Amino acid sequence: MVLLEVESLSKSFRGLRAVQNVSFEVPAGEIVGLIGPNGAGKTTIFNLIAGVYAPDSGSVLFQKRPIHALRPDQICAAGIGRTFQNVKPFAGLSVLDNVLVGAFLREKAPSAARALSLQILEKLGLGTKRDQLASSLTLPDRKRLEVARALATRPKLLLLDEVMAGLRPTECDQIVAVFRELNRAEGLTIVLIEHVMRAVMALAGRIVVLHHGEVIARGTPEEVVRDKAVLECYLGEETEV
Amino acid sequence: MIRGLLEGVPRRGLAMLAALLALLLAFPFFASGYLLAVGFLILYFAYVGQAWNIMMGFAGQLSLGHSLYVGLGAYAAAALYVHFGVSPWVGLGASIAVCAAAGAVIGFLAFRFGVGGVYFAILTIAFAEFARIGFDHFTWVRGSSGLFLPVANYTENDLWNLRGSPRMFYYLMLGLTAGAFVLCHALLRSRMGYYWLAIRESPEAAQALGVNLFRYKMVAVVVSAAMTSLAGVVFAFYYNNLFPEQIFHISRSIELILGPIIGGIGTLVGPLVGALLLTGLAEGMGELMLALGVDIPGVKQVFYGICLLLVVMFLPDGVWPPLARALRLDRKGKD
Repeated sequence: MVLLEVESLSKSFRGLRAVQNVSFEVPAGEIVGLIGPNGAGKTTIFNLIAGVYAPDSGSVLFQKRPIHALRPDQICAAGIGRTFQNVKPFAGLSVLDNVLVGAFLREKAPSAARALSLQILEKLGLGTKRDQLASSLTLPDRKRLEVARALATRPKLLLLDEVMAGLRPTECDQIVAVFRELNRAEGLTIVLIEHVMRAVMALAGRIVVLHHGEVIARGTPEEVVRDKAVLECYLGEETEV
Repeated sequence: MIRGLLEGVPRRGLAMLAALLALLLAFPFFASGYLLAVGFLILYFAYVGQAWNIMMGFAGQLSLGHSLYVGLGAYAAAALYVHFGVSPWVGLGASIAVCAAAGAVIGFLAFRFGVGGVYFAILTIAFAEFARIGFDHFTWVRGSSGLFLPVANYTENDLWNLRGSPRMFYYLMLGLTAGAFVLCHALLRSRMGYYWLAIRESPEAAQALGVNLFRYKMVAVVVSAAMTSLAGVVFAFYYNNLFPEQIFHISRSIELILGPIIGGIGTLVGPLVGALLLTGLAEGMGELMLALGVDIPGVKQVFYGICLLLVVMFLPDGVWPPLARALRLDRKGKD
């Protein structure tokens, strides 16, 4: 079953074509990687899916239902969680309270929302930091907090925007294990934007490569890293994976 | 429900609150008429500060026009009483309705059309100014010549018509302030409270977590306006006269937000501490000057200015957060 369908999506900003005629599908239960050089339009695509921008043309279907005219909160309620590349913690709130905001979407009672939040914080290794102010967290922890908040909304599809950037390899492996477990045990579908190829190769079953707002290649990780166009514009000749 | 309200509140905090309440309850028995009036003012500012704090401190929406809700609330109940002899307890229903509607109109205009930040603040000033000028020409409430409530010497307190001694008004205001405190405490622990804080901290992130920004900002404005209207009703029946030039004036809006700013924006206790500090010290200052035989006009304003300056420079989060840490009443005090 296809969970998310992006069809001929285009978006321009003052004449700059950020995304041009992009189409791809995300089958339920899969992990799809979105890669490409800086400025390729990856985050713009996320913002189009999450409802931050309205597309100039094209459509986004989630569970066969068009969502490109909905607001971000409606899209979240429909079952799409997202993280921000430039992390946006609720700085003045504690780590637990940050996650509680997300948990309140499906759990209206404070006690149930709290239980869900604590469980997610444990999963992401933030359990001991739950009473700290979010502003006191290091960048890797803030990225984890982004993930925790999004997970607390109990999404069917999770959009991860460069959550591994800045993590040490061991931390990166830890969080990769968390996503793999969520994907395996709960059937969570994930689309991730990532520059850390180690993580993409470890997680993604399919990869879509963007360049100048257009899809230049797609396929399994093995196919993509051998693709000439991808090697030229993004990965470079010496990429080791 | 009471257990839910008390959950997680440090024992020391509860004990101190109980002591404070006892002190405030006993205050009229040993206070002079003047001190009682000061006490009333402190409670009044603590209450309106708490109401304003819902919008700014919780939901992050800066209102510089809260005198609008004080004024509309005051005029609605007072006019019904003067013209039709309607009890203020019934009239306050009209006050709440009028203020909630005014808040909803301002909120709708701002949030529907993406007016935020300082532009939102300007919009709130504009509406308060409309009201000030409009009420100057509103003859049903006597326009600029002022609306007066009938005053007589009362031998007994008439609580139903809010005619009576300053002591009665003091207790009424105390009840409102205590009620607002409990209400805000409960709101902060609710889903709505968390959504407000999230909107204050980062609207984009809040929206991405499923928070309907328009709806929750609207609720914040309407609740804050409705609460403020009650202060207006008490104000009208306490002072017995209303002038548009005074009650809707921007200086009144500024005056009522200083308490929570000095005390600590977004905190529950901040509005109380701020009101106590500002009103208490300003009045004390006046007394001191009088005792010293110095008569300088504007001393109170200068004092406000100095207080604000000091707090902004040295206590950017207000007086309460560091005080709470010193008293070990903050969250970390439990560890």
